[in-house]
Amino acid sequence: MEVSNLTKKRIEELLKKETRFDKRKPLEYRDIVIETGISKNAEGSARVKIGDTEVLAGVKLDVMEPFTDTPENGALIVTAELLPMSSPKFESGPPSIQAIELARIIDRGIRESEFIDLKKLCLREGELVWAVYIDIYPMNDDGNLIDAAAMAVVAAIKTAVFPEIKEDKVQYGKFTNKKLPLNEMPVTVTCYLVDDTFILDPVVAEEEAAKCRVSIAATFDKDEFIHALQKSGEEALTEKEIETVLSIALKEGKKLHAKILAQLKK
Amino acid sequence: MAHKREDGREFDETRKIEAKVGVIKNADGSAMFSFGDSIAIAAVYGPRELYPQHLKKPEKGLLRCYYDMLSFSVTERKRPGPSRRSSEISFVTTKALEPVLNLDAFPNTVVDVYIMILQANASTRCAGINAASLALANAGLEMTELVSAVSIGKIEDAIVADLTKDEEDYKITKDGKKIKAATDIPVAVLSRSGKISLLQLDGKIKPQELQEAVALAKKVCAKITEIQKNALKKVKES
Repeated sequence: MEVSNLTKKRIEELLKKETRFDKRKPLEYRDIVIETGISKNAEGSARVKIGDTEVLAGVKLDVMEPFTDTPENGALIVTAELLPMSSPKFESGPPSIQAIELARIIDRGIRESEFIDLKKLCLREGELVWAVYIDIYPMNDDGNLIDAAAMAVVAAIKTAVFPEIKEDKVQYGKFTNKKLPLNEMPVTVTCYLVDDTFILDPVVAEEEAAKCRVSIAATFDKDEFIHALQKSGEEALTEKEIETVLSIALKEGKKLHAKILAQLKK
Repeated sequence: MAHKREDGREFDETRKIEAKVGVIKNADGSAMFSFGDSIAIAAVYGPRELYPQHLKKPEKGLLRCYYDMLSFSVTERKRPGPSRRSSEISFVTTKALEPVLNLDAFPNTVVDVYIMILQANASTRCAGINAASLALANAGLEMTELVSAVSIGKIEDAIVADLTKDEEDYKITKDGKKIKAATDIPVAVLSRSGKISLLQLDGKIKPQELQEAVALAKKVCAKITEIQKNALKKVKES
């Protein structure tokens, strides 16, 4: 926590009146803008802006020998780099625990929801499969990187196409029209507990004032399913609070799901 | 010699240039600069406290540039994190920008310049330097002049400005031979003094032609400087 005690107190006072610095309600997101195809050289890419937070995500495809425990599955590799360009808080050097946690939360949401059908990414069992590399880069961090990154990643995946392949080698820079085999799209909602109020989509000061955070990735198409969850932050939660988090994440996740699809249709 | 280039450009013509100042809110200064499909973003933080402390100089501030590419900015995925190539480019970029800054004005501190390539199609270091020069000005740092950069190439006998990846790469000649198409010469020019602060070369070229290349770089950079100035004026107006 780097936020000053005064700012923290003010955030908490406002939340008691169900409002925030920028006049939002506790569970209200800032404006979301999703733009796809931001790098011509990527198989899929997207930029997501939530207020002043901006995150880029890209999909690159390659072929590889499958992992020995999953000889008939394609591979999914998710990484995140917290660029020092995006915030004075981030430093150059090896990936920080924050970057690793971010990448792993996103990874689990995609993997466990089976959004990308890895079984259909097998070229020759035990010999050759597709590897899907997903890389996440914040450009400007003004809070809620997890939800922004999750949105950028699903947008990049939804628009990704296979590259051409010849004699087991990817023909870099040559793309087909074929899209990735996909299932239901997961949506990630991260709830932050500030004082005794749950809020969504915090700005940095609110994020720093929070004592606890829970990220939930869920799908909504046929039924509601939770696929990945991460509790983080200093304090522990009561059972009651967990119930509250679940109901918020599912209710707001469903709305977000519709918002993302509407933006991608544009 | 009268023919134009593959993409229809004249020999001394750059690709479409776009420049925008103030693209990263958290930074003290920032800018985007693109040559066609090569897009660079630069962000400046500082002057700020310098760590590790042993780098501190009581008489002078430190300029640190970091150049890197997004993993998906290129056709074959680039491993995240710095490489030998990006480290060298970071170093020459620092040297290209240093001469215009008054580093004595902020002793013991550091100015960090982060350059990221979002989409690459050759000339990325030059796009990066142009973006960084804008970002430094946007950060309000005292600068004696702007820095403008362009890559000059020799394709067969022609000296041309702002190479694309296709022009840089191999090419089949009329008699079926595979030849390296271009000699690549990135050049950075200081806008008022006309001095050269970056000069690198890869390929094969006669000394006389190198002089021609530098002369062309100065001519093209004068135009780039104007575009940079306009981008800075737009921020002032808004």
